[in-house]
Amino acid sequence: MKKLLILGAGTAGTMVANRLNRMLNMNEWQMTLVDQDPLHHYQAGYLFIPFGTYSRNDVIQPKAKYIPSRARLIQSKIESIEPDHNRVHLTNGDVLDYDYLIIATGTDIHPEETPGLGEHEWGRTIHNFYTLDGAVALADKLRNWQGGRLVVNVVDNPIKCPVAPLEFLMLADSYFRKRGMRERVELVYVTPLSGAFTKPVASKLLGDLLERKHIIVEPDFYIERADPDAKKIVSYDEREVEYDLLVTVPLNKGADVIGNAGLGDELNYVKVNPYTFLSTQYANVFALGDAANLPTSKAGSVAHYSVDLFSENFLRYIEGKELEENFDGHANCFIESGDGKALLLDFNYKVEPLPGCFPVPLLGPFSLLRESYMNHLGKLGFRWMYWNILMRGLKLPLPATMSLACKRTDLLRPQAEMSA
Amino acid sequence: MPTRTYAGKTVEVNEEGFMLNPADWTKEIAVEIAKEEGIETLTDAHWKVIEYCRQVGVSSGKAPTLRTITTGAGVPTKELFTLFPKGPAKKVARIAGLGKPEGCV
Repeated sequence: MKKLLILGAGTAGTMVANRLNRMLNMNEWQMTLVDQDPLHHYQAGYLFIPFGTYSRNDVIQPKAKYIPSRARLIQSKIESIEPDHNRVHLTNGDVLDYDYLIIATGTDIHPEETPGLGEHEWGRTIHNFYTLDGAVALADKLRNWQGGRLVVNVVDNPIKCPVAPLEFLMLADSYFRKRGMRERVELVYVTPLSGAFTKPVASKLLGDLLERKHIIVEPDFYIERADPDAKKIVSYDEREVEYDLLVTVPLNKGADVIGNAGLGDELNYVKVNPYTFLSTQYANVFALGDAANLPTSKAGSVAHYSVDLFSENFLRYIEGKELEENFDGHANCFIESGDGKALLLDFNYKVEPLPGCFPVPLLGPFSLLRESYMNHLGKLGFRWMYWNILMRGLKLPLPATMSLACKRTDLLRPQAEMSA
Repeated sequence: MPTRTYAGKTVEVNEEGFMLNPADWTKEIAVEIAKEEGIETLTDAHWKVIEYCRQVGVSSGKAPTLRTITTGAGVPTKELFTLFPKGPAKKVARIAGLGKPEGCV
């Protein structure tokens, strides 16, 4: 029996387990998953919790329900990874050896990395929506809030779902308007980027959208510390932004065990070949989803397209064939813009998000980089697809690599080539 | 594709003024781009950072992020902001003839 060990049973880990369970001869393979949390979180749903659209129970399911019956799920924290010995130690005392290891431990927030953030005002005037508990606490806060200056601050990039802070602000605009208190609320987006977004075309279009919604953008702000008593955040170049309510997106980092094993970059993301997900150091270690240091978005869509290509590649690889360098960094993100509308982005390593349309069989084209009701339905309908199609390891009828069909490529500008 | 002339040499740049071919870079070009960025004189402290970024940029094919520079070159974030005010990673990348650092979409 060959042993496949998957660390993390979240979006990427669960998807790849189900997919490989269908593709591998399971009489020859022993598949084990390890995760510390018995609950699977639909993380894309966190965004809707602060505004009362979703509640806690709308975004959680037992993990065991989504694990293939022939695989074993161990609930434990990971103590250490020993890639030189093909071995993983768990905190429950188990020692697991493997022929192939897939690391899918994701990314997590680290407020303690920024002085003043995760201290006595955490959960009072400083909130977050990147954890389920955080999103639920923020819902309570917003329900009783009397208004003032609401600042959303991104500490550093990369972050999980890089459009989420923009969506949060646009949903907040709509939420406070509906409650008849928008004029008592100032919405400010404080970001280390030079604009609303990194890529030029989307940054311009999203920047215009924020302006129309009277959301102020404070760019190039790299936070050094928060002053929770004076209610302000201070940048490395001594600029200050005051707030009444701070919604922070703290530093995102991969799991410590990755760093301790020497597999990670400076943020503990596994160093991989961006086209194959294979570790740059070990020939039997892969990383999928947010845990990998791919230079594209940390997003469920990336994990999904990755799993499509990885699974077929993995079958070739175990037969002794070369991996095909075929992943192009394909990502798409729905961006909720409030009032029942949403935008859609579609991009990869080389092509930035462009306006146009995104063809989807049966459902018809979604519009790219433009607000529409259809996109909003797409985003809401996605929760069903997530649990019933993606987490079951079934395939969506979408190509894993990006297509230029229907895109406004005339807006493209030259970009420097990326190398592996 | 837009071009600019620095120190008598014509180089291709993108719409934000980042050089497209890191191999075209020279120290003389760096001095002139630094002036455009509001840095009149490049001191040894500046060069230490620029050279580190060149090294990372040329071997990896991409400009280092702020965190890579602070960890790798051993320069505290605060000092980087003093040397290259506003957006240090972006500024150094431009001066070092590299692409714009990936903020990650």
